[in-house]
Amino acid sequence: MAEFLTKSRARNIFYGGSIFFVVIFVGMTVHSHKYVVEVSTAGMPLSDAVIRGKHVWEENSCINCHSLHGEGAYFAPEVGNVMTRWGVQDSPEDAFEILKSWIESQPSGIEGRRQMPRYEMTDEDIRGLAEFLRWADQTDTQGWPPNDAG
Amino acid sequence: MKYQSQKVAYWYFLAAMALFGIQVLGGLLAGWVYVSPNFLAEVLPFNIIRMIHTNALIVWLLLGFFGAAYFLIPEESEREIWSPKLAYLQLIILVVGTLGAVGSYLVGIHGGREFLEQPLWVKFGILVAALIFLLNVSMTVLAGKKTAITNVLLMGMWLLSLLWIFAFINPDNLSLDKMYWWFVVHLWVEATWELVMASILAFLLLKLTGVDREVVEKWLYVIVATALFSGILGTGHHFYWIGLPGYWQWIGSIFSTFEVIPFFLMMSFAFVMVWKGRKNHPNKAALLWSLGSSTVAFFGAGVWGFLHTLHGVNYYSHGTQITAAHGHLAFYGAYVALNLAVFTYAMPMLRERAPYNQVLNMASFWLMTGGMAFMTFVLTFAGTIQTHMQRVVGDYYMDVQDSLSIFYLMRWGAGLAVVIGAILFIYSIMVVRKSEVITPGSANPVPGE
Repeated sequence: MAEFLTKSRARNIFYGGSIFFVVIFVGMTVHSHKYVVEVSTAGMPLSDAVIRGKHVWEENSCINCHSLHGEGAYFAPEVGNVMTRWGVQDSPEDAFEILKSWIESQPSGIEGRRQMPRYEMTDEDIRGLAEFLRWADQTDTQGWPPNDAG
Repeated sequence: MKYQSQKVAYWYFLAAMALFGIQVLGGLLAGWVYVSPNFLAEVLPFNIIRMIHTNALIVWLLLGFFGAAYFLIPEESEREIWSPKLAYLQLIILVVGTLGAVGSYLVGIHGGREFLEQPLWVKFGILVAALIFLLNVSMTVLAGKKTAITNVLLMGMWLLSLLWIFAFINPDNLSLDKMYWWFVVHLWVEATWELVMASILAFLLLKLTGVDREVVEKWLYVIVATALFSGILGTGHHFYWIGLPGYWQWIGSIFSTFEVIPFFLMMSFAFVMVWKGRKNHPNKAALLWSLGSSTVAFFGAGVWGFLHTLHGVNYYSHGTQITAAHGHLAFYGAYVALNLAVFTYAMPMLRERAPYNQVLNMASFWLMTGGMAFMTFVLTFAGTIQTHMQRVVGDYYMDVQDSLSIFYLMRWGAGLAVVIGAILFIYSIMVVRKSEVITPGSANPVPGE
């Protein structure tokens, strides 16, 4: 490596440069945080039902089979746009009904097909989950996914 | 082994290898569920298997890092560890926490953020263990000789522990949850862990090749500088589609492209040091793992990462088997193989039986690396087909998955090779066959030869 780059110079570039990039990153994080709250997720209120639904989503670790906005396991379908795919994004009541009948019909038991476990949930839990998925669906995700297949 | 307290590392490595076994067996099981979906579906659903597979991986890698630090810091600082008792206490906390987490998962108690599913008490346990570790190694280094290797290693460990705070922050707003989640996930594996990896690699190359310390340490600073300069803003490549501003598509694409550089440098570093080095170290297996780690990390993390990091590509490939392909090879090359390099280097000394041939160990390298490479190839093919059918044509997810079954079968075969390799590795480390023990030759070649 070139002679002008001594060990101490390399070290100083490392420390100085890292601080520089951390500062920029923190600034952009602050802006992004505000953007999420005020713009990209502002289309639907973050209601108690949505929050409850998020807890239901977490307690059952849905993310370790499904993906949500493309993140998670890739073992089961994307659900960030599932309400659009089902055609119920604009109807809370239909969203609840279809999700309830879906969850209560599992596992399918079909040989050779991936099985979703049977989760015992109250109607309130299912309603929350439906609202949470509608809330996720209305988020401005820069046009992703490319189509309704998710 | 120059310092008695280095012995602490032995127990860390043992615990790490046990979890390594659990991790790959979990992977084998998950891979089999892809092939035969009804298998165990009622008893042990896929999400629980995957949780065990990923969590065991993360914890054993961390145990390996902790062990590596306890092994190399006394040699670098030229003194005993500040408190071996605290080091053992830390290990006990981590093992109890791990067993507690696995037990909880099996009875259905877990969080819901991917990779951070540990119950709250386990998360606190990890925090306490990290604090004990930081106190212990910082006191050791402060009292002793300070080198670039310990500087970078400590900086990596401090920063990754600090980032663990975000494991406790879970906003109700999903997009915010995702953004801060990446502060742990991305800034661990694509920033702070690279610091740990580079410093451990530097230590291994220093010992194995005998190249001048000044040269090694200058390389080290250049590598970690490129890692953080690219990796911090490179976080943006996870921010494309989760509800964050559009500018991340450019920031993320540009900076994450640069993330290839530290991995290219680490690979170059390893080979250049071996060429320059005059030392003929008897532990050839450790050298193989060190070179292999940096090479596979370059392909897995660097090349396969770049493959789908540009936002125009990622728009179609995001969340497909392409991601799975990259994830497997990147983790294997960068962090699994590096840990196995440390075990291979240190265990003979910790067990006071060096040097000796490690033919089985080297065989396990080729078996595991071959298996992981094949797995990556088949998942890449599966992901390419999936991307086309699902994202371009618009076929439904399950229909697409049904047409990928041949790839999942081949992936399982590749996984089986990895598991056999892992068992072979553990066997070769723990059991020394008599024929492999050799008497050390003369350190300097005969003049005139």
